[in-house]
Amino acid sequence: MAPTPSWLRRRGARPEAAPDTLWEICPGCGERLYKKDLAERLRLCSRCGHHLRLGALDRIALLADGDFQELVPHLITSDPLQWTDRIPYAKKIAGDRVKSGLLEAIVVGLCTVEGVPIGLGVMDFSFRGGTMGSVVGEKVTLLIEECARRRLPAVIVTASGGARMEEGMIALMQLAKTSAAVQRFAALGLPLITILTDPTTGGVSASFGFQADIIIAESGAAIGFAGRRVIDQTIRQKLPEGFQSAQFLLEHGQVDMVVRRGELKTALARFLHFVSDQKVPA
Amino acid sequence: MNVIVELEKPLVELEAKIDGLKKLNETQRVDFSAEIAALEAKARQLKNEVFGNLTPWQRVHMARHPRRPLALDYISALDGFTELHGDRTFRDDPAIVTGYAYLDGMPIFVIGEQKGRDTKDNLYRNFGMPHPEGYRKAQRIMQHAEKFKRPLVSFIDTPGAYPGIGAEERGQSQAIAQSLILLAGLRTPIVVNITGEGGSGGALAIGIGDHIVMLQHAVYSVASPEAAASILWRDAGRAEEAAKRLHLTSDELFEFGIIDEVVSEPLGGAQADATRVIADLLAADKRALARLTRLSADELVDRRYEKFRRIGSHVERVHDSAAR
Repeated sequence: MAPTPSWLRRRGARPEAAPDTLWEICPGCGERLYKKDLAERLRLCSRCGHHLRLGALDRIALLADGDFQELVPHLITSDPLQWTDRIPYAKKIAGDRVKSGLLEAIVVGLCTVEGVPIGLGVMDFSFRGGTMGSVVGEKVTLLIEECARRRLPAVIVTASGGARMEEGMIALMQLAKTSAAVQRFAALGLPLITILTDPTTGGVSASFGFQADIIIAESGAAIGFAGRRVIDQTIRQKLPEGFQSAQFLLEHGQVDMVVRRGELKTALARFLHFVSDQKVPA
Repeated sequence: MNVIVELEKPLVELEAKIDGLKKLNETQRVDFSAEIAALEAKARQLKNEVFGNLTPWQRVHMARHPRRPLALDYISALDGFTELHGDRTFRDDPAIVTGYAYLDGMPIFVIGEQKGRDTKDNLYRNFGMPHPEGYRKAQRIMQHAEKFKRPLVSFIDTPGAYPGIGAEERGQSQAIAQSLILLAGLRTPIVVNITGEGGSGGALAIGIGDHIVMLQHAVYSVASPEAAASILWRDAGRAEEAAKRLHLTSDELFEFGIIDEVVSEPLGGAQADATRVIADLLAADKRALARLTRLSADELVDRRYEKFRRIGSHVERVHDSAAR
């Protein structure tokens, strides 16, 4: 296991590649928000409370006790299909690295949450839309296998558009690979908790996202199997109010709870204590 | 419109002409055998031209050909197939057919994704796009296969899981995710056949197994070419380009180690000789099961784990300086 790399300890070191470096528009209410303030408020809109998307490193800072040790930090795709396009896949990846400050769409490692040791994986939508290709599939599998070896609970925060098109069937097969890892992990009696954040769809929701023992949806997250655009094109009818929102999923029995960003750590830790603490002697 | 149907039109016309001449030959005094032989040679040549070197996009349309054998054509060729219905919770999904049958005397459970033959049938079968209740019906059959120690054989032919309001409300993601878990740990042999279209997670939900067989002109893709083009370029019209880039043909997937065996089709596709293709596919399943049923449940599950554990294409980055 690698020690916490310097880039992770140095918070706020993310390269500012966005065109507007000072201001961001709230997708919820259109309010212009000052980026510095926004970062301090966990990226919640000061006007409407909308949960703006949070990067993997900020998310780790939010959930872990400050002792996050990254696993397999250097894994990168070998571009199995040698995908070329107007912009080749390799070039898109290079751009995403700059944009996100990450080497891939997930960061995995070990940490404690309110003192409870866990394995934690956090996806980042700003890297290829959080899509799962070979690297994401491998890192999720390695995280779950490591948790199995150490008898630790596993927590995965999802943010993903699904399987990564540019890796074709190798990407789809990551659903099979991660599912097999979750199956073995579950058979050991260990808990898997997922936190579904905006957005979680496709291959990630149709695999480990919905295979957890406890599924927490972050407030305001869009969650589903098919993307809205695909559903629109297929059925060509008006979608119900709040369709595929976290609240919609709660009402339809698909998630255990909807939790606001500020309360996520407490909600997570509460369950971790419940399943990890010494049992009361009979 | 199916591009193969368009492509084979001159061939179909030529074959009709040959048939007509043959009939005349039988009834009339004039001998047409020379003309027939010439036309038959031309038909063979035309067939080679049309089908000899199909592009990925043409293969997609071959997989969707309106006369291509469907899941129930294979399943009905088994002995004593009995259909079992329903997910016990919501309704019976006609896009997934399940039941039990005998493969050359061996009792097996079967799951197949079933498209329709015509418009009316397709509306009933929802074009082979299952809802969550279809996958939950399949889960019942998976559990039966384990409980009653019978192998499981599946037939994949779907554009994908249905993207609709009800499907989302009833947890399409959860249904597929749960199927993947069950298949990964199922303590009985699983043989998977990709016979037509293998569309994304909706296909994989009955597609984890110990031996994966694919028909030569079937396709299996991370997303249908239309969906992939829409996702990548917001333009479903670029599906042909996506088909080329996605590596969805049987030969490419065999090379990548995603599938284990390719069953060849006659020139002109499975529909040109459905009886033979059905027999060949079931023979491949039988061979695989003869081998797999000799393994213990522990061995099966361990080998299945390793089989999928290996799939990936990544490297450790040596010089980590540029991005961070």
